Amino acid sequence: MKNLEMKKEFKVIADLLPINTRVLDVGCGDGSLMNLLKKEKNVEVRGLELNQENVQECIHKGLPVIQGNAETELHQFPDKSFDYVVLSQTLQAFYEPEKVLKNLLRIGKSVVISIPNFGFWKVRTKLLFFGKMPITKTLPNTWYNTPNLHMCTIKDFFNFCDEKNINIKKVVGVNEDKTSTISKNNLEIKNLFSKVGIFLIS
Amino acid sequence: MPSLAGLFFWMNIKLEKIKKLEVAKPLKLDCGKTIKDFPLAYETYGKLNDNKDNAILVFHALTGDQFVTGTNPITNKEGWWITAVGPGKAIDTNKYFVICANVIGGCMGSLGPRSMNPDTKKPYGLDFPVITIKDMVRAQESLLEHLGIKKLLCATGGSMGGMQLLQFCATFPDKAFSAIPIACSSSHSAQNIALNELARQAIMADPVWDNGKYVLKNVQPKNGLAVARMVGHISYLSEKGMQEKFGRKLQEKADYEFSFNADFQVESYLRHQGYAFVERFDANSVLYITRAMDYFDLSKQFKGGLVEAFKNQKTKFLIISFSSDWLYTTKDNKDIVIALNASGADVSYSEIITDKGHDSFLLNEPQFLKTLKSFIDSIYEKFRNEKRI
Repeated sequence: MKNLEMKKEFKVIADLLPINTRVLDVGCGDGSLMNLLKKEKNVEVRGLELNQENVQECIHKGLPVIQGNAETELHQFPDKSFDYVVLSQTLQAFYEPEKVLKNLLRIGKSVVISIPNFGFWKVRTKLLFFGKMPITKTLPNTWYNTPNLHMCTIKDFFNFCDEKNINIKKVVGVNEDKTSTISKNNLEIKNLFSKVGIFLIS
Repeated sequence: MPSLAGLFFWMNIKLEKIKKLEVAKPLKLDCGKTIKDFPLAYETYGKLNDNKDNAILVFHALTGDQFVTGTNPITNKEGWWITAVGPGKAIDTNKYFVICANVIGGCMGSLGPRSMNPDTKKPYGLDFPVITIKDMVRAQESLLEHLGIKKLLCATGGSMGGMQLLQFCATFPDKAFSAIPIACSSSHSAQNIALNELARQAIMADPVWDNGKYVLKNVQPKNGLAVARMVGHISYLSEKGMQEKFGRKLQEKADYEFSFNADFQVESYLRHQGYAFVERFDANSVLYITRAMDYFDLSKQFKGGLVEAFKNQKTKFLIISFSSDWLYTTKDNKDIVIALNASGADVSYSEIITDKGHDSFLLNEPQFLKTLKSFIDSIYEKFRNEKRI
Protein backbone atom coordinates (compact mmCIF):
# COMPACT_ATOMS: atom_id res chain seq x y z
CA MET A 1 0.00 0.00 0.00
CA LYS A 2 2.77 2.36 1.00
CA ASN A 3 4.45 1.36 -2.24
CA LEU A 4 1.38 2.26 -4.28
CA GLU A 5 1.20 5.67 -2.67
CA MET A 6 4.88 6.19 -3.31
CA LYS A 7 4.27 5.37 -6.96
CA LYS A 8 1.43 7.87 -7.07
CA GLU A 9 3.61 10.49 -5.45
CA PHE A 10 6.47 9.83 -7.87
CA LYS A 11 4.03 10.13 -10.76
CA VAL A 12 2.91 13.55 -9.50
CA ILE A 13 6.53 14.66 -9.09
CA ALA A 14 7.38 13.42 -12.59
CA ASP A 15 4.41 15.36 -13.98
CA LEU A 16 5.65 18.53 -12.30
CA LEU A 17 9.05 18.35 -14.00
CA PRO A 18 9.71 19.38 -17.60
CA ILE A 19 11.72 17.09 -19.89
CA ASN A 20 15.49 17.33 -20.45
CA THR A 21 16.29 18.98 -17.14
CA ARG A 22 18.95 18.32 -14.48
CA VAL A 23 17.52 16.93 -11.27
CA LEU A 24 19.05 16.11 -7.89
CA ASP A 25 17.06 13.60 -5.85
CA VAL A 26 17.95 14.10 -2.19
CA GLY A 27 17.32 10.91 -0.23
CA CYS A 28 16.86 8.99 -3.47
CA GLY A 29 16.37 5.59 -1.81
CA ASP A 30 16.74 2.69 -4.23
CA GLY A 31 16.54 5.04 -7.21
CA SER A 32 12.90 4.33 -8.20
CA LEU A 33 12.09 8.01 -8.75
CA MET A 34 15.37 8.64 -10.58
CA ASN A 35 14.65 5.71 -12.88
CA LEU A 36 11.16 7.03 -13.59
CA LEU A 37 12.43 10.54 -14.31
CA LYS A 38 15.18 9.23 -16.55
CA LYS A 39 12.85 7.03 -18.58
CA GLU A 40 9.80 9.29 -18.83
CA LYS A 41 11.35 12.74 -18.87
CA ASN A 42 14.86 12.11 -20.15
CA VAL A 43 16.06 13.89 -17.05
CA GLU A 44 19.75 13.95 -16.13
CA VAL A 45 19.52 12.62 -12.60
CA ARG A 46 21.81 12.56 -9.59
CA GLY A 47 21.00 11.04 -6.23
CA LEU A 48 22.12 11.58 -2.65
CA GLU A 49 21.46 8.67 -0.30
CA LEU A 50 22.60 7.71 3.18
CA ASN A 51 21.87 3.98 3.21
CA GLN A 52 24.65 1.83 1.73
CA GLU A 53 22.32 -0.89 0.43
CA ASN A 54 20.24 1.70 -1.39
CA VAL A 55 23.40 3.25 -2.82
CA GLN A 56 24.42 -0.14 -4.14
CA GLU A 57 20.98 -0.66 -5.67
CA CYS A 58 21.25 2.68 -7.50
CA ILE A 59 24.70 1.81 -8.82
CA HIS A 60 23.34 -1.56 -9.93
CA LYS A 61 20.62 0.27 -11.86
CA GLY A 62 23.28 2.48 -13.45
CA LEU A 63 22.10 5.60 -11.64
CA PRO A 64 24.67 8.12 -10.41
CA VAL A 65 24.43 8.35 -6.65
CA ILE A 66 26.51 9.86 -3.90
CA GLN A 67 26.51 8.22 -0.50
CA GLY A 68 26.06 10.93 2.06
CA ASN A 69 23.92 12.69 4.60
CA ALA A 70 21.70 15.51 3.33
CA GLU A 71 21.77 17.13 6.76
CA THR A 72 25.52 17.71 6.62
CA GLU A 73 26.69 17.23 3.05
CA LEU A 74 24.59 19.41 0.78
CA HIS A 75 27.34 22.03 0.84
CA GLN A 76 29.22 20.02 -1.81
CA PHE A 77 26.73 20.99 -4.51
CA PRO A 78 27.33 24.39 -6.11
CA ASP A 79 24.69 27.15 -6.30
CA LYS A 80 21.99 26.60 -8.91
CA SER A 81 23.77 23.52 -10.23
CA PHE A 82 20.45 21.73 -10.79
CA ASP A 83 17.19 22.79 -12.43
CA TYR A 84 15.23 20.93 -9.80
CA VAL A 85 16.03 19.42 -6.43
CA VAL A 86 13.59 16.80 -5.17
CA LEU A 87 13.10 15.88 -1.53
CA SER A 88 10.50 13.20 -0.97
CA GLN A 89 9.01 12.84 2.52
CA THR A 90 12.19 13.42 4.48
CA LEU A 91 12.14 17.10 5.47
CA GLN A 92 10.48 16.24 8.77
CA ALA A 93 13.29 13.82 9.65
CA PHE A 94 16.09 16.40 9.68
CA TYR A 95 17.40 18.03 12.83
CA GLU A 96 17.35 21.40 11.13
CA PRO A 97 14.78 21.26 8.31
CA GLU A 98 14.97 25.00 7.73
CA LYS A 99 18.70 24.83 7.08
CA VAL A 100 18.28 21.87 4.74
CA LEU A 101 15.52 23.66 2.86
CA LYS A 102 17.69 26.76 2.44
CA ASN A 103 20.39 24.55 0.94
CA LEU A 104 17.94 22.88 -1.43
CA LEU A 105 16.77 26.29 -2.64
CA ARG A 106 20.41 27.33 -3.10
CA ILE A 107 21.32 24.24 -5.16
CA GLY A 108 18.19 24.06 -7.30
CA LYS A 109 16.53 26.71 -9.43
CA SER A 110 13.32 25.12 -8.14
CA VAL A 111 12.60 22.61 -5.42
CA VAL A 112 9.99 19.87 -5.28
CA ILE A 113 9.27 18.82 -1.75
CA SER A 114 6.72 16.37 -0.43
CA ILE A 115 5.52 16.16 3.17
CA PRO A 116 3.39 13.61 4.97
CA ASN A 117 0.43 15.72 6.11
CA PHE A 118 -0.11 15.72 9.87
CA GLY A 119 -3.37 17.58 9.22
CA PHE A 120 -4.96 14.57 7.44
CA TRP A 121 -8.30 13.78 9.07
CA LYS A 122 -7.32 10.28 10.19
CA VAL A 123 -4.30 11.69 11.97
CA ARG A 124 -6.40 14.37 13.64
CA THR A 125 -9.12 11.97 14.78
CA LYS A 126 -6.64 9.43 16.20
CA LEU A 127 -5.18 12.09 18.43
CA LEU A 128 -8.56 13.66 19.22
CA PHE A 129 -10.57 10.52 19.99
CA PHE A 130 -7.97 8.06 21.18
CA GLY A 131 -5.54 10.50 22.76
CA LYS A 132 -2.66 8.58 21.20
CA MET A 133 0.05 9.54 18.74
CA PRO A 134 -1.36 8.66 15.33
CA ILE A 135 -0.10 5.65 13.41
CA THR A 136 -1.18 5.60 9.77
CA LYS A 137 0.05 4.09 6.54
CA THR A 138 1.97 7.27 5.75
CA LEU A 139 3.19 7.58 9.34
CA PRO A 140 3.78 3.96 10.33
CA ASN A 141 6.12 4.43 13.33
CA THR A 142 5.39 4.74 17.03
CA TRP A 143 6.38 7.84 19.02
CA TYR A 144 9.55 6.28 20.38
CA ASN A 145 11.03 5.00 17.14
CA THR A 146 9.81 7.49 14.57
CA PRO A 147 12.48 9.21 12.48
CA ASN A 148 10.10 12.15 12.14
CA LEU A 149 11.27 14.99 14.37
CA HIS A 150 9.43 17.93 12.85
CA MET A 151 5.98 16.90 11.70
CA CYS A 152 3.89 19.58 10.03
CA THR A 153 0.68 19.96 8.09
CA ILE A 154 0.16 21.18 4.54
CA LYS A 155 -1.16 24.41 6.03
CA ASP A 156 1.93 24.77 8.24
CA PHE A 157 4.24 24.44 5.27
CA PHE A 158 2.11 26.81 3.24
CA ASN A 159 2.36 29.45 5.97
CA PHE A 160 6.07 28.73 6.44
CA CYS A 161 6.75 29.49 2.77
CA ASP A 162 4.75 32.73 3.09
CA GLU A 163 6.70 33.81 6.13
CA LYS A 164 10.07 33.04 4.58
CA ASN A 165 9.22 34.65 1.24
CA ILE A 166 9.52 31.33 -0.56
CA ASN A 167 7.64 31.39 -3.83
CA ILE A 168 5.02 28.62 -4.05
CA LYS A 169 4.50 27.74 -7.70
CA LYS A 170 2.21 24.78 -7.28
CA VAL A 171 0.87 22.51 -4.55
CA VAL A 172 -0.63 19.08 -5.17
CA GLY A 173 -2.47 17.05 -2.54
CA VAL A 174 -2.44 13.26 -2.78
CA ASN A 175 -5.01 10.95 -1.20
CA GLU A 176 -4.82 7.29 -2.20
CA ASP A 177 -4.89 7.48 -6.01
CA LYS A 178 -6.57 10.89 -6.21
CA THR A 179 -4.66 14.12 -6.68
CA SER A 180 -5.85 17.71 -6.52
CA THR A 181 -4.35 21.14 -6.84
CA ILE A 182 -4.20 23.10 -3.59
CA SER A 183 -4.51 26.87 -3.40
CA LYS A 184 -5.16 29.39 -0.64
CA ASN A 185 -8.92 29.07 -1.34
CA ASN A 186 -9.23 25.35 -0.73
CA LEU A 187 -6.37 25.02 1.77
CA GLU A 188 -8.50 24.22 4.83
CA ILE A 189 -10.39 21.38 3.19
CA LYS A 190 -7.40 19.96 1.31
CA ASN A 191 -5.36 20.07 4.50
CA LEU A 192 -7.99 17.74 5.96
CA PHE A 193 -8.24 15.30 3.07
CA SER A 194 -4.69 14.98 1.70
CA LYS A 195 -2.31 12.36 2.99
CA VAL A 196 0.68 13.94 1.29
CA GLY A 197 1.36 17.45 0.07
CA ILE A 198 3.72 18.07 -2.83
CA PHE A 199 5.11 21.60 -3.16
CA LEU A 200 6.90 23.15 -6.11
CA ILE A 201 8.77 26.13 -4.71
CA SER A 202 11.59 28.48 -5.61
CA MET B 1 67.22 -19.48 -0.39
CA PRO B 2 69.39 -18.38 -3.32
CA SER B 3 71.96 -15.63 -2.78
CA LEU B 4 70.75 -12.17 -3.72
CA ALA B 5 73.14 -11.95 -6.64
CA GLY B 6 71.82 -15.26 -7.83
CA LEU B 7 68.28 -14.09 -7.25
CA PHE B 8 68.76 -10.99 -9.35
CA PHE B 9 70.35 -13.06 -12.09
CA TRP B 10 67.42 -15.43 -11.99
CA MET B 11 64.97 -12.55 -11.91
CA ASN B 12 66.65 -10.91 -14.89
CA ILE B 13 66.25 -14.11 -16.89
CA LYS B 14 62.61 -14.23 -15.96
CA LEU B 15 62.21 -10.51 -16.58
CA GLU B 16 63.06 -11.17 -20.19
CA LYS B 17 59.85 -13.13 -20.48
CA ILE B 18 57.83 -10.09 -19.49
CA LYS B 19 55.74 -8.37 -22.18
CA LYS B 20 57.38 -5.08 -22.99
CA LEU B 21 56.61 -2.15 -25.20
CA GLU B 22 59.61 -0.13 -26.34
CA VAL B 23 58.35 3.42 -26.17
CA ALA B 24 60.19 5.32 -28.88
CA LYS B 25 58.37 8.63 -28.44
CA PRO B 26 60.44 10.96 -26.21
CA LEU B 27 58.77 11.79 -22.91
CA LYS B 28 59.68 15.06 -21.26
CA LEU B 29 59.48 14.47 -17.54
CA ASP B 30 58.22 17.01 -15.01
CA CYS B 31 61.77 17.33 -13.66
CA GLY B 32 62.89 18.63 -17.07
CA LYS B 33 64.79 15.57 -18.26
CA THR B 34 63.65 13.57 -21.27
CA ILE B 35 63.48 9.80 -21.60
CA LYS B 36 63.08 7.96 -24.90
CA ASP B 37 63.32 4.42 -26.24
CA PHE B 38 62.37 3.10 -22.85
CA PRO B 39 60.73 -0.20 -21.90
CA LEU B 40 57.21 -0.26 -20.51
CA ALA B 41 56.32 -3.68 -19.12
CA TYR B 42 52.69 -4.71 -19.15
CA GLU B 43 50.32 -7.63 -18.94
CA THR B 44 46.83 -8.22 -20.31
CA TYR B 45 44.04 -10.59 -19.31
CA GLY B 46 40.97 -11.64 -21.27
CA LYS B 47 40.33 -10.74 -24.89
CA LEU B 48 39.81 -7.42 -26.59
CA ASN B 49 36.54 -7.77 -28.52
CA ASP B 50 36.08 -6.72 -32.15
CA ASN B 51 34.44 -3.42 -31.20
CA LYS B 52 37.33 -2.72 -28.85
CA ASP B 53 34.86 -1.48 -26.23
CA ASN B 54 35.62 -3.87 -23.38
CA ALA B 55 39.05 -2.63 -22.28
CA ILE B 56 39.71 -1.84 -18.64
CA LEU B 57 42.99 -0.23 -17.63
CA VAL B 58 44.20 -0.95 -14.11
CA PHE B 59 46.78 1.28 -12.41
CA HIS B 60 48.81 -0.44 -9.72
CA ALA B 61 49.74 0.83 -6.28
CA LEU B 62 53.16 1.58 -4.73
CA THR B 63 54.42 -1.97 -4.43
CA GLY B 64 52.24 -3.52 -7.12
CA ASP B 65 53.13 -4.55 -10.64
CA GLN B 66 51.48 -5.45 -13.92
CA PHE B 67 50.54 -8.96 -12.74
CA VAL B 68 47.03 -8.15 -11.57
CA THR B 69 45.63 -11.66 -11.38
CA GLY B 70 46.54 -15.29 -12.01
CA THR B 71 50.04 -16.29 -10.98
CA ASN B 72 52.79 -13.72 -11.05
CA PRO B 73 55.44 -15.45 -13.20
CA ILE B 74 58.30 -13.71 -11.41
CA THR B 75 57.31 -14.35 -7.80
CA ASN B 76 55.09 -17.39 -8.39
CA LYS B 77 52.58 -15.79 -6.05
CA GLU B 78 48.99 -14.76 -6.76
CA GLY B 79 48.44 -11.52 -8.66
CA TRP B 80 47.89 -8.58 -6.31
CA TRP B 81 44.23 -8.01 -7.26
CA ILE B 82 43.14 -11.61 -7.69
CA THR B 83 40.18 -10.88 -5.37
CA ALA B 84 38.66 -8.46 -7.87
CA VAL B 85 40.02 -9.44 -11.29
CA GLY B 86 39.74 -12.79 -13.06
CA PRO B 87 37.25 -15.14 -14.68
CA GLY B 88 33.86 -14.65 -12.98
CA LYS B 89 35.26 -12.00 -10.63
CA ALA B 90 33.96 -8.41 -10.18
CA ILE B 91 36.15 -7.38 -13.11
CA ASP B 92 35.36 -10.45 -15.16
CA THR B 93 38.16 -11.36 -17.57
CA ASN B 94 35.74 -13.61 -19.48
CA LYS B 95 33.96 -10.43 -20.45
CA TYR B 96 36.52 -7.65 -20.21
CA PHE B 97 40.03 -7.07 -21.50
CA VAL B 98 42.17 -6.01 -18.56
CA ILE B 99 45.43 -4.13 -19.07
CA CYS B 100 48.02 -3.17 -16.49
CA ALA B 101 51.45 -1.62 -16.96
CA ASN B 102 54.33 -1.49 -14.54
CA VAL B 103 54.94 2.17 -13.62
CA ILE B 104 58.16 3.80 -14.73
CA GLY B 105 60.41 3.97 -11.70
CA GLY B 106 59.25 0.45 -10.82
CA CYS B 107 61.21 -2.77 -10.91
CA MET B 108 59.13 -5.26 -12.86
CA GLY B 109 60.46 -4.58 -16.35
CA SER B 110 59.61 -0.92 -16.96
CA LEU B 111 62.31 1.73 -17.00
CA GLY B 112 63.46 2.23 -13.42
CA PRO B 113 66.50 2.89 -11.24
CA ARG B 114 67.68 -0.69 -11.78
CA SER B 115 67.63 -0.26 -15.60
CA MET B 116 70.82 0.24 -17.56
CA ASN B 117 71.83 3.86 -17.97
CA PRO B 118 72.77 4.16 -21.67
CA ASP B 119 75.33 6.85 -20.85
CA THR B 120 77.29 4.82 -18.30
CA LYS B 121 76.26 1.28 -19.32
CA LYS B 122 75.61 0.67 -15.65
CA PRO B 123 72.37 0.57 -13.65
CA TYR B 124 71.05 4.08 -12.98
CA GLY B 125 70.77 3.97 -9.21
CA LEU B 126 70.26 7.55 -8.04
CA ASP B 127 71.14 8.88 -11.50
CA PHE B 128 67.62 7.90 -12.48
CA PRO B 129 65.53 11.05 -12.90
CA VAL B 130 62.97 11.86 -10.22
CA ILE B 131 59.59 11.01 -11.68
CA THR B 132 56.04 12.11 -10.91
CA ILE B 133 52.61 10.49 -11.04
CA LYS B 134 51.98 12.50 -14.21
CA ASP B 135 55.14 11.05 -15.80
CA MET B 136 53.96 7.52 -14.93
CA VAL B 137 50.58 8.16 -16.51
CA ARG B 138 51.92 9.82 -19.64
CA ALA B 139 54.32 6.92 -20.16
CA GLN B 140 51.32 4.58 -20.30
CA GLU B 141 49.52 6.47 -23.06
CA SER B 142 51.63 4.77 -25.72
CA LEU B 143 50.45 1.40 -24.50
CA LEU B 144 46.81 2.18 -25.34
CA GLU B 145 47.93 3.34 -28.76
CA HIS B 146 49.94 0.15 -29.18
CA LEU B 147 46.93 -2.01 -28.25
CA GLY B 148 44.68 -0.03 -30.61
CA ILE B 149 42.32 1.24 -27.93
CA LYS B 150 40.80 4.65 -28.59
CA LYS B 151 38.55 4.73 -25.57
CA LEU B 152 38.68 2.58 -22.47
CA LEU B 153 35.45 1.21 -21.06
CA CYS B 154 36.88 1.90 -17.65
CA ALA B 155 40.07 2.79 -15.84
CA THR B 156 40.54 1.94 -12.20
CA GLY B 157 43.08 1.72 -9.43
CA GLY B 158 43.43 1.88 -5.67
CA SER B 159 45.81 3.92 -3.53
CA MET B 160 48.60 5.22 -5.80
CA GLY B 161 46.69 3.52 -8.62
CA GLY B 162 43.80 5.87 -7.83
CA MET B 163 46.13 8.87 -7.95
CA GLN B 164 47.40 7.79 -11.37
CA LEU B 165 43.80 7.44 -12.46
CA LEU B 166 42.84 10.96 -11.33
CA GLN B 167 45.88 12.27 -13.18
CA PHE B 168 44.96 10.18 -16.23
CA CYS B 169 41.43 11.64 -16.31
CA ALA B 170 42.73 15.19 -15.91
CA THR B 171 45.44 14.78 -18.57
CA PHE B 172 43.42 12.68 -21.04
CA PRO B 173 39.77 13.64 -20.47
CA ASP B 174 38.52 11.66 -23.50
CA LYS B 175 40.34 8.39 -22.99
CA ALA B 176 38.06 6.66 -20.49
CA PHE B 177 34.28 6.23 -20.58
CA SER B 178 34.29 5.61 -16.84
CA ALA B 179 36.71 5.75 -13.93
CA ILE B 180 36.78 4.12 -10.51
CA PRO B 181 39.36 5.72 -8.20
CA ILE B 182 39.53 3.68 -5.00
CA ALA B 183 40.88 4.67 -1.57
CA CYS B 184 43.02 7.51 -2.86
CA SER B 185 43.59 11.22 -2.61
CA SER B 186 44.07 14.15 -4.96
CA SER B 187 47.14 15.25 -3.01
CA HIS B 188 49.44 13.73 -0.42
CA SER B 189 48.80 14.97 3.11
CA ALA B 190 51.53 15.84 5.63
CA GLN B 191 50.92 12.49 7.30
CA ASN B 192 51.20 10.64 3.97
CA ILE B 193 54.50 12.39 3.24
CA ALA B 194 55.76 11.73 6.77
CA LEU B 195 55.10 7.99 6.48
CA ASN B 196 56.84 7.86 3.11
CA GLU B 197 59.79 9.76 4.53
CA LEU B 198 60.00 7.19 7.33
CA ALA B 199 60.19 4.44 4.70
CA ARG B 200 62.86 6.28 2.73
CA GLN B 201 64.94 7.07 5.79
CA ALA B 202 64.84 3.41 6.80
CA ILE B 203 66.31 2.46 3.43
CA MET B 204 68.89 5.24 3.43
CA ALA B 205 69.99 4.38 6.97
CA ASP B 206 70.97 0.89 5.84
CA PRO B 207 74.75 1.02 5.10
CA VAL B 208 74.26 -1.47 2.27
CA TRP B 209 72.16 1.14 0.45
CA ASP B 210 75.36 3.18 -0.16
CA ASN B 211 73.68 6.15 -1.83
CA GLY B 212 71.79 3.83 -4.14
CA LYS B 213 74.98 2.28 -5.51
CA TYR B 214 74.13 -1.15 -4.12
CA VAL B 215 72.70 -1.96 -7.58
CA LEU B 216 76.21 -2.04 -9.00
CA LYS B 217 77.18 -4.70 -6.48
CA ASN B 218 74.09 -6.87 -6.99
CA VAL B 219 73.13 -6.59 -3.35
CA GLN B 220 70.04 -5.15 -1.69
CA PRO B 221 69.69 -3.09 1.53
CA LYS B 222 67.48 -5.79 2.96
CA ASN B 223 67.17 -4.49 6.49
CA GLY B 224 66.27 -0.96 5.54
CA LEU B 225 63.85 -2.07 2.84
CA ALA B 226 62.17 -4.51 5.24
CA VAL B 227 61.62 -1.73 7.80
CA ALA B 228 60.24 0.50 5.04
CA ARG B 229 57.75 -2.21 4.20
CA MET B 230 56.78 -2.65 7.86
CA VAL B 231 55.92 1.06 8.06
CA GLY B 232 53.70 0.59 5.04
CA HIS B 233 51.97 -2.44 6.48
CA ILE B 234 51.05 -0.63 9.68
CA SER B 235 49.46 2.15 7.64
CA TYR B 236 47.47 -0.31 5.54
CA LEU B 237 45.67 -1.78 8.55
CA SER B 238 43.25 -0.09 10.92
CA GLU B 239 43.82 0.06 14.67
CA LYS B 240 40.74 -2.06 15.28
CA GLY B 241 41.57 -4.52 12.51
CA MET B 242 45.06 -4.97 13.89
CA GLN B 243 43.78 -5.46 17.42
CA GLU B 244 41.30 -8.08 16.24
CA LYS B 245 43.83 -9.90 14.09
CA PHE B 246 46.74 -9.94 16.52
CA GLY B 247 45.75 -8.45 19.86
CA ARG B 248 48.52 -9.30 22.34
CA LYS B 249 48.78 -12.87 21.09
CA LEU B 250 52.21 -14.43 21.37
CA GLN B 251 53.99 -16.08 18.47
CA GLU B 252 54.11 -19.85 19.09
CA LYS B 253 55.18 -19.48 22.69
CA ALA B 254 53.54 -19.71 26.09
CA ASP B 255 55.15 -16.69 27.69
CA TYR B 256 57.46 -13.73 27.08
CA GLU B 257 61.01 -14.71 26.21
CA PHE B 258 62.47 -11.63 27.87
CA SER B 259 64.39 -10.91 24.69
CA PHE B 260 63.97 -8.85 21.55
CA ASN B 261 62.88 -11.74 19.39
CA ALA B 262 59.43 -11.57 17.86
CA ASP B 263 57.43 -12.48 20.96
CA PHE B 264 54.19 -10.99 19.66
CA GLN B 265 52.34 -12.20 16.60
CA VAL B 266 52.15 -8.67 15.26
CA GLU B 267 55.96 -8.43 15.35
CA SER B 268 56.31 -11.72 13.59
CA TYR B 269 53.80 -10.62 10.96
CA LEU B 270 55.65 -7.37 10.27
CA ARG B 271 59.02 -9.13 10.05
CA HIS B 272 57.59 -11.70 7.69
CA GLN B 273 56.01 -9.03 5.47
CA GLY B 274 59.18 -6.95 5.55
CA TYR B 275 61.58 -9.72 4.60
CA ALA B 276 59.26 -11.26 2.01
CA PHE B 277 59.14 -7.87 0.31
CA VAL B 278 62.91 -7.61 -0.21
CA GLU B 279 62.75 -10.72 -2.37
CA ARG B 280 60.60 -9.02 -4.95
CA PHE B 281 61.16 -5.28 -4.79
CA ASP B 282 63.96 -2.82 -5.33
CA ALA B 283 64.90 -0.33 -2.60
CA ASN B 284 65.63 2.53 -4.99
CA SER B 285 62.26 1.97 -6.65
CA VAL B 286 60.62 2.54 -3.27
CA LEU B 287 62.47 5.86 -2.99
CA TYR B 288 61.44 6.99 -6.45
CA ILE B 289 57.83 5.87 -6.29
CA THR B 290 57.16 7.28 -2.80
CA ARG B 291 58.68 10.57 -3.98
CA ALA B 292 56.30 10.62 -6.94
CA MET B 293 53.40 10.11 -4.54
CA ASP B 294 54.57 12.91 -2.26
CA TYR B 295 54.86 15.33 -5.17
CA PHE B 296 51.32 14.50 -6.25
CA ASP B 297 48.94 17.43 -5.88
CA LEU B 298 46.49 17.52 -8.74
CA SER B 299 45.02 20.89 -7.76
CA LYS B 300 48.44 22.51 -8.06
CA GLN B 301 48.59 21.67 -11.76
CA PHE B 302 45.52 23.71 -12.57
CA LYS B 303 44.73 27.35 -11.89
CA GLY B 304 41.44 27.20 -10.08
CA GLY B 305 42.35 23.98 -8.31
CA LEU B 306 40.76 20.59 -8.39
CA VAL B 307 37.46 21.76 -9.89
CA GLU B 308 39.38 23.06 -12.88
CA ALA B 309 41.25 19.74 -13.16
CA PHE B 310 37.96 17.98 -13.80
CA LYS B 311 36.40 20.64 -16.01
CA ASN B 312 34.51 19.31 -19.02
CA GLN B 313 34.82 15.72 -17.82
CA LYS B 314 32.61 13.34 -19.77
CA THR B 315 33.98 10.39 -17.82
CA LYS B 316 31.54 8.72 -15.44
CA PHE B 317 33.14 8.41 -12.00
CA LEU B 318 32.61 6.06 -9.12
CA ILE B 319 34.68 6.94 -6.06
CA ILE B 320 35.00 4.31 -3.34
CA SER B 321 36.44 4.80 0.14
CA PHE B 322 36.74 2.54 3.18
CA SER B 323 35.50 3.73 6.56
CA SER B 324 38.56 2.56 8.54
CA ASP B 325 41.17 3.74 6.01
CA TRP B 326 43.30 6.32 7.82
CA LEU B 327 45.93 6.57 5.06
CA TYR B 328 43.55 7.89 2.40
CA THR B 329 40.51 8.75 4.43
CA THR B 330 36.86 9.02 3.52
CA LYS B 331 37.36 12.80 3.70
CA ASP B 332 40.22 12.68 1.17
CA ASN B 333 37.98 10.72 -1.18
CA LYS B 334 34.96 12.94 -0.57
CA ASP B 335 37.01 16.00 -1.49
CA ILE B 336 37.42 14.44 -4.93
CA VAL B 337 33.66 13.86 -5.10
CA ILE B 338 33.00 17.47 -4.13
CA ALA B 339 35.36 18.77 -6.83
CA LEU B 340 33.76 16.50 -9.43
CA ASN B 341 30.33 17.66 -8.36
CA ALA B 342 31.37 21.28 -8.55
CA SER B 343 32.65 20.73 -12.07
CA GLY B 344 29.35 19.11 -13.03
CA ALA B 345 30.82 15.67 -13.71
CA ASP B 346 28.82 12.45 -13.52
CA VAL B 347 29.95 11.07 -10.18
CA SER B 348 28.86 8.31 -7.82
CA TYR B 349 30.36 7.69 -4.43
CA SER B 350 30.19 4.88 -1.92
CA GLU B 351 31.83 4.44 1.45
CA ILE B 352 32.32 0.79 2.35
CA ILE B 353 31.98 0.14 6.08
CA THR B 354 34.81 -2.14 7.16
CA ASP B 355 37.49 -2.61 9.85
CA LYS B 356 40.12 -3.71 7.38
CA GLY B 357 41.67 -0.30 6.72
CA HIS B 358 43.39 0.82 3.53
CA ASP B 359 44.13 -2.80 2.57
CA SER B 360 40.38 -3.38 2.05
CA PHE B 361 40.58 -2.77 -1.68
CA LEU B 362 42.89 -5.79 -2.04
CA LEU B 363 40.81 -8.08 0.16
CA ASN B 364 37.71 -10.16 -0.29
CA GLU B 365 35.37 -7.38 0.87
CA PRO B 366 31.94 -8.44 -0.43
CA GLN B 367 30.20 -5.02 -0.36
CA PHE B 368 33.13 -3.46 -2.19
CA LEU B 369 33.35 -6.16 -4.85
CA LYS B 370 29.59 -6.07 -5.37
CA THR B 371 29.65 -2.31 -5.88
CA LEU B 372 32.57 -2.63 -8.28
CA LYS B 373 30.82 -5.32 -10.33
CA SER B 374 27.45 -3.51 -10.41
CA PHE B 375 29.05 -0.33 -11.67
CA ILE B 376 31.22 -1.92 -14.34
CA ASP B 377 28.47 -4.13 -15.69
CA SER B 378 25.97 -1.27 -15.89
CA ILE B 379 28.54 1.06 -17.43
CA TYR B 380 29.33 -1.55 -20.11
CA GLU B 381 25.67 -1.51 -21.15
CA LYS B 382 25.73 2.28 -21.34
CA PHE B 383 28.97 2.34 -23.31
CA ARG B 384 27.64 -0.12 -25.87
CA ASN B 385 24.32 1.75 -26.15
CA GLU B 386 26.11 5.04 -26.63
CA LYS B 387 28.29 3.53 -29.36
CA ARG B 388 25.21 2.13 -31.11
CA ILE B 389 23.66 5.60 -31.24
